[in-house]
Parts: sequence; C-alpha cells; structure tokens
Amino acid sequence: MSTLTSLARAEAVRAGRAQPIATVRHVHVHDRPLVLVPLTLAGEANAPLAAMVGDDPDKPRLLVVAQPRNRDQRFAFATALAGVIVSYADGFTARVEAVAGDRARDIRVRFADAPQIVVPNPGGVDFARLFGRSTRFRRSYGDYAVDPAVPMLGRWLTFFAERAEYPGSCLLLAATEALALHWATGQSLVEDQNLAALLGWIDPPVGLTGAQAAVLAEDAGTWPPAGPTTDPTFDSTVLAPLIQAGDVPGLEKALTAQLEPTWGLVWRAVDRLRALPAGPRVAGRWDADKEAYTAHVQHLRDGGPPQPRRDSATAAAQRLNRLERAQASYAAQRAFDDPLVLAEYRLAGEAFVGTVTAAEPERVEGAGRSRKLRPHIVVSTADPVRLAPGTALVAPTRSGQKATLIAITGDGVLLELSGGMGRAATPAPGTVPEVGERICYSSLTDGYQPVADFPRREDTPWTHGGPPAGYDPAPVGDAADAAATDTVAADAAEEWS
Amino acid sequence: MSDVEARLARIRGTAPVREHTARTIAALTTNPGCDRRAVLDAAGIDKQKLAGYVEFPVPSGQSPFAISRGNAFEAQVKADGCAGLLRLLGERLGLPVPEVSYADLAPAGTGASLDARHARTRELLAEAAAAGPDGGVLLDHPLLRLDVGGRAAYLEPDLIAVRLRGRFHVVEIKSFAVIDGQADGRKVAAAATQAAVYVLALRGLLAELGYGPETVADEVVLICPENFANQPTAALVDVRRQLTVLTRQLSRLARIGDLIATLPADLTFDLGAAGAQPEPGCGGGEHPPRFSDDSAVPGRPVVEVVGALHATRARYAPECLDACELAYFCRDEARGQTAALGRSVHDELGGVPDVAGVLDLAAGTRVPDPDQAEAAELLRLAARLRAESLASAL
Ligand code: SF4
Repeated sequence: MSTLTSLARAEAVRAGRAQPIATVRHVHVHDRPLVLVPLTLAGEANAPLAAMVGDDPDKPRLLVVAQPRNRDQRFAFATALAGVIVSYADGFTARVEAVAGDRARDIRVRFADAPQIVVPNPGGVDFARLFGRSTRFRRSYGDYAVDPAVPMLGRWLTFFAERAEYPGSCLLLAATEALALHWATGQSLVEDQNLAALLGWIDPPVGLTGAQAAVLAEDAGTWPPAGPTTDPTFDSTVLAPLIQAGDVPGLEKALTAQLEPTWGLVWRAVDRLRALPAGPRVAGRWDADKEAYTAHVQHLRDGGPPQPRRDSATAAAQRLNRLERAQASYAAQRAFDDPLVLAEYRLAGEAFVGTVTAAEPERVEGAGRSRKLRPHIVVSTADPVRLAPGTALVAPTRSGQKATLIAITGDGVLLELSGGMGRAATPAPGTVPEVGERICYSSLTDGYQPVADFPRREDTPWTHGGPPAGYDPAPVGDAADAAATDTVAADAAEEWS
Repeated sequence: MSDVEARLARIRGTAPVREHTARTIAALTTNPGCDRRAVLDAAGIDKQKLAGYVEFPVPSGQSPFAISRGNAFEAQVKADGCAGLLRLLGERLGLPVPEVSYADLAPAGTGASLDARHARTRELLAEAAAAGPDGGVLLDHPLLRLDVGGRAAYLEPDLIAVRLRGRFHVVEIKSFAVIDGQADGRKVAAAATQAAVYVLALRGLLAELGYGPETVADEVVLICPENFANQPTAALVDVRRQLTVLTRQLSRLARIGDLIATLPADLTFDLGAAGAQPEPGCGGGEHPPRFSDDSAVPGRPVVEVVGALHATRARYAPECLDACELAYFCRDEARGQTAALGRSVHDELGGVPDVAGVLDLAAGTRVPDPDQAEAAELLRLAARLRAESLASAL
C-alpha cells in the first residue's frame, strides 16, 4: 500500500466502483488455464470435501468426498483430482523451444509453454500446499498403499505451491490477489479477500454501486464463501444432515450449488485480467516459469525424490536470498512497464520524470589512456527527488547507461553519464539525452545481482542443524522412499478423524 | 448497587445480562479505543441480538464439524487422566512425569455447580501453591473468575498445570493442526489471547491467596495435533504482549463510570418486549422477532435503538469485522470515512478523516487546515502523479 493506492481507494469510494492502479497487466494469463475451487471440511487438517476443477468454463468437473473423514474416500478423491491436475500439468511437454545458454553459443531447450492453475484466493494456494504435503510421501505399495497417481499429484501441487511464493511467477494464481494488483476498491483489504465482493467493486451489476454489490456479496446464501472453508450455517443445516444420511446425490447437488458461483467468479476474474494489455516484461517472467516447469518435469523423469518436508538451513537461506532478489527485480520490472506503478517511486522520491534542460555530451575526464567520456546533463523535474549524491540511476529507456547523481540544484538534477555511448571519442548519435527530451531516472534495477555465497549442503554448520540427515540428494533408486520413510511411517497410519 | 451499576442496568434495560467468556474478553483487545463497545460490554448487552434488531445481523455460529472435532481432540488429549499429555509435557518442559497427580474438578455427569467448582479450584490451587516447587498437579475443568467492568466472569481453561519448573502454567488445547512446525498465525494469536485471559484470572486468584504474579508463567502451553496423523504436540507461547493489552482494556472497563458520565442520562439499549425474549435458537443471522409471538407486545422502535447507538462514539476499523457483532452497523455508519478503508489507508492519506476531504484536498479545491498542510501537499502531488500516469498510458 502507498498514498497512491490509498488515493485510488478514496476515488473508488466516490466513483462507486474500483479504480485502476495499473495501466497494463502484470500477470500472465494462459490461453487455457485450469481453474480449481477446493472446499475442505471445517475443523480438520485440510481434509478435502469437494472440488470443482477444469480448463473449460462450461464443463466443470465436480469431485466430492461423501464421508470426508474416511481415509479410502479421501484417497479416491486424490486419485480423481490427480486425473485432472496431473494430466493437465503434464500436457505442455509436446513442444520445446531453444534458448541461449549461460555461455555464448550454448543452446538449451525448454518447453514452449507451461501450465497455469487459478484458485479463488490465497486459501486455495494453502490448500494446494497442504494437500501436496499430505500426499507426496505416500507409497503405492506395502501397508497403506495408495494409487500411484496420489504421490504424483502431491509432487505437482507442491511444485505449484512453492512457485506461488516466487514473486512474479504465474504458474499458480490466486484470483483475489491478481485482481488486487490491478484495481483498488472502495473497501478495505480485509473485505477484498472476498472474491465476490472484490468483483462487485470491479464490475458492479447494472444499477448498483460497488459498495452495494459488495454488501450483497457478503450474503453467504447468494454468494457462498469461495473456500476452502465453507459457511458454518451451510455446514449445520445442509451438509451435516446429508453426510449423516450418506445421501450422495444430495451432497453432489448441495456442493455444486456451493461451488458453482465461485467457479463463475474465477473465470470472470480470468476474463477481466485477460482483457488488459500485457506489460512488456510479463513474457520474460513467464519464460522463467517455463524454465521452472521444465526443470520439474526433468526431475520427475529422472526419478528424483519428492520435495523435502522442510528445507535444510542452507537451502532455506538460498531460497530466501532468491526470493528477495526476485522481489526486487519484480518490483522494478513492474515500475518500468507501468507509469502508474512508477508513480509510486516518484512519490517516494526514488524516481523522477523531467525534461533535459542542459547537456554537455562531449565532456571528458582524465587524459591520454585514462581519458573517459563522462557527459553531464541537467534534468528539471517537479517531482520530489529524495536521492543522495553518488546514487547510481538508470533510465528504463536507456538501460545500458549508468547515470550518477552529482547534485540537486535549483535548476534540476545534475547527472553524470557513463557507458552505452559507443567506442568513439565522442558519443554515438542519440546515446546522450538531448535538451528538451522527457526522461525518467530511478534507482530501481532489474538487472543481474550476484548470488550470495552459501556453504554447500554438506558443509552446513551444526548451528544450523548440520548436514541434512536422511536425505540423499542423488536420484538413486528408491531415494524418494528412503527420504520419506519417517514421514510415511507417521502419516500413512493416520486416521484423520 | 452503586451509581455506576445503576446506570449500567438502565442502559441494558430489561434484557438479561450477557455474561463474558474468555472469547468475548479476548475480543476486547481488538479495538480497545471504541467507546461504544466499552459501554455495551460493561452493561452486559447482547450485541448479537442488538445488531439483528437494528437490521445489521452478522453471521455467527461455528460449524458442527469444527465443534465435534475440537471436542474429540480434547477428549483424546485428556484420556486416561491426561497420560499422553503428561508424557508430552515431560518431553517438552522437562517435567518428571511420575510426580504429577491429576484432579478433575468436574467429572462428567457430576453436574457440580459453578460456585462449588470455583471453590474447589481455589482450594486445590492453595494446596499446590503451598506445597513448594516439587511435584505437580494437573487440574482438569478448573473454574476461574475474572472481574470485568465490576462483574465476575466465570472462565474455564482447558487445564492448569501446576508447578512445572516451579510455576503454574495454563494449558490450552486447540484442534488446528501444526504442519511441519507451521500453524495458521491468526489461530495461534487467537489462542494466545484467550490463554492470556486465563493467566490473568489465575494471577488474580493467586493474588488473593497472597502469591505474586510471577507464580504464573507468562508462557502458556499450547497443545495441537501435529501434521496429519492427529497426534498431539506441545509448544510454549509467550503471551506477555496479550497480557499488557488485556490489562489495559480491563482497567478501562473498570473506569467505565468516567465514560458513562459523558453520555445522555436517559440512554438505554432496552429493546422493549422483544429484548426480554430468550434467544431465538442458535440460528445466526436471523432477525429476532420484532413482536413476541404470544402476547404481540411491540418491541421498541428501531429508530430509537439506532439513535441510542449513535449517541455512543464508535471507532470502526475493518478489524471489527472479525471481532465485534456490531461490525456491519458501524461499517455502514462509517461509510465515507478513511478509517473504514483500513488504518494504514487512513494514515497514508495523511490522517484526513473523511474521503470527501481527501479528494478535495487532493484536487486543491479545499483550503487545508494548518495541521493538514503537509497532508494536503502529499495528496496534491499524489493526485498529479496519478493523473499524469493514467494519461500517459493512453
Ligand atoms: S464494530 Fe462498532 S462497536 Fe464494535 S468495536 Fe467496532 S466500532 Fe466499536
């Protein structure tokens, strides 16, 4: 949040409908996403009750657990869900594309597309993570054997849920979050968690204000909660008697009625997002998703083990470092793609837009061999610049050139440029901003930052838990099962009731 | 009856007193600055019913599945005189298990009265406190009392473990799962606040017996099922912050006299005949009957009750939605205020209280008060950047 988005909320109150806080779309929207609306049984640890799932808005597939505390029925649900999710997730391996590798002339190959799952809200992402956790260590033989599709589902769901934590990744999207990235409503963030209310503000029905539509959306009778938690009144008046009676057709009918409104809302959210023009850097982030997808498929094909229950200390630190760098670069990319996001940084004084009022393009420093081109320009701006002298800045339109802030004077911001001017004694034409040019500078970068050095896994200091035990990173034989033995022993025997 | 009590009785009217529970006391911490709720809570008014009466009912009730699951887990933990729990406490807190005895203050079917249970709890705690640091006792179904705005509220912690490492510990059993060491943060926070209520009550009782607050640990033991296997695990949760907030709010309620002195002398939330009716079942969200069925005596006009509500100062924030039964009423009343959009939004808009004011200052069509000069400048700049960016994207 910032003053800018808060101002947009105030505007939304007056206008009676949500206001844009982005001018382009910052998420990738798949041509054929898979929508998943899960429901769980209240009080239990992520016990599935039902799900509506599918890649065609007109053909939802309904899965129901008639006795949610029954272990066999729960795994029958997991097997059926695997039938939909695993085959969808597996279905993007037919086409590959070649990309440049790390070194010159290296060519790598990755899948040309990747899957995208859309759930209603962050609770749906949690469902994927927890259901992945409770299924990926299962075994298809021995005591408590399950269908081989079950652990495979667990590994896919875990993959999606882990990617969902990665800033800018779009393999698993929560509809409320994707919408909230683009619109500010006239209600609070707490109320924005309700998908029906959020869409009520974004797309109020004819004759209603956003506020009125949102109040109607809070009626659980008309708009059942988008899950995974169900409405307690529905639980006591409808669900409990049907489960008690073992009335399967009745359950299917009742749960369809609970799920269908949300199913429609998620597809509406997808359409609403798709209608926005994509930001220029969205495709690059989707490429990163394709890389992650390719690596995961490769890992499965190589017989690699399931994701560990918890990261080792080193892996956790590496992951945190990766996420932080991804966060910074994601923020910068969105600002470069979208003047409305950039405006946040301008308001904070970390970026400014202005006009070049003076330029000294052929200015040099040093002499002889150490003679360097160091042009000076002055940018006059009405923005409140809060950057210290010496700060390195970049213009999104001239990303190969560094501008060092020398001073802020009454005339504007004095910048010294280096790089991106060609090899001649004077700058190549057009490489130095000219007087009269409108330009933006900021301290944001989405470029490469060196990875921090971490001890290798086997060198993990004992203060951080020592080397990970019982976990063989090499994909040998039944490593997957070896890794999971202790978990399986505890979890396989569970009763869940 | 003191003047304050008489005033509160008048404010409540003919309706029966709504007794506090650990949950309602815990809810006091969510919006401590609200006068409206302070008055209603001090007077023991049923806010759920009041909200329904003024036609802003809030959904209520817990899923029967959650309730039965919670009961089943508690029974499992307490089975065999808490044998499994003692083992867990031994592992977690280093208590030698064989030295612990167990006492159930309300064994199923005995129907012990509240006063009897409270007296027995006090007796056993006095014994245990006098017994010195060795040996322990687990008290099951204890009954504590806490003074809330001058009235005693009865509280039933799940368990009190006595003399673990020389201190009394409150044990709270919750049925939400801890998975790979992670639990839902909001549920943990709610459990911590509720347990803090018990810590306060326990300290109160021991103070009467002449023991200082340090006798009760400010860490509580939280018991939850682990992973998906339904086996209990234990964790210590520090509740010092919750204790501070609770203490502050309780002392505020104790000084409720100052607050009611500022209210109109004839203020009452009496609902008339409708208010004296017993609760219409447990169906949440239903409108209570405006007329009592058999006698057809009209209730008090709704506008009057709304008027009484408006006479008390509210402090609505979106957090109320999870914590107070009047949330929909107060939200409606707060439309057009920046605080209704969230405290952070209110702050980011320079603390300007109303949306119209924000937009006028941003548009430069309102002359700012001297203390709004800085906010006005920020808002004008934000409006300019927003307009410019939206235009440049076209
Ligand atoms: S909902 Fe209203 S009465 Fe309740 S705490 Fe919030 S402002 Fe106060």
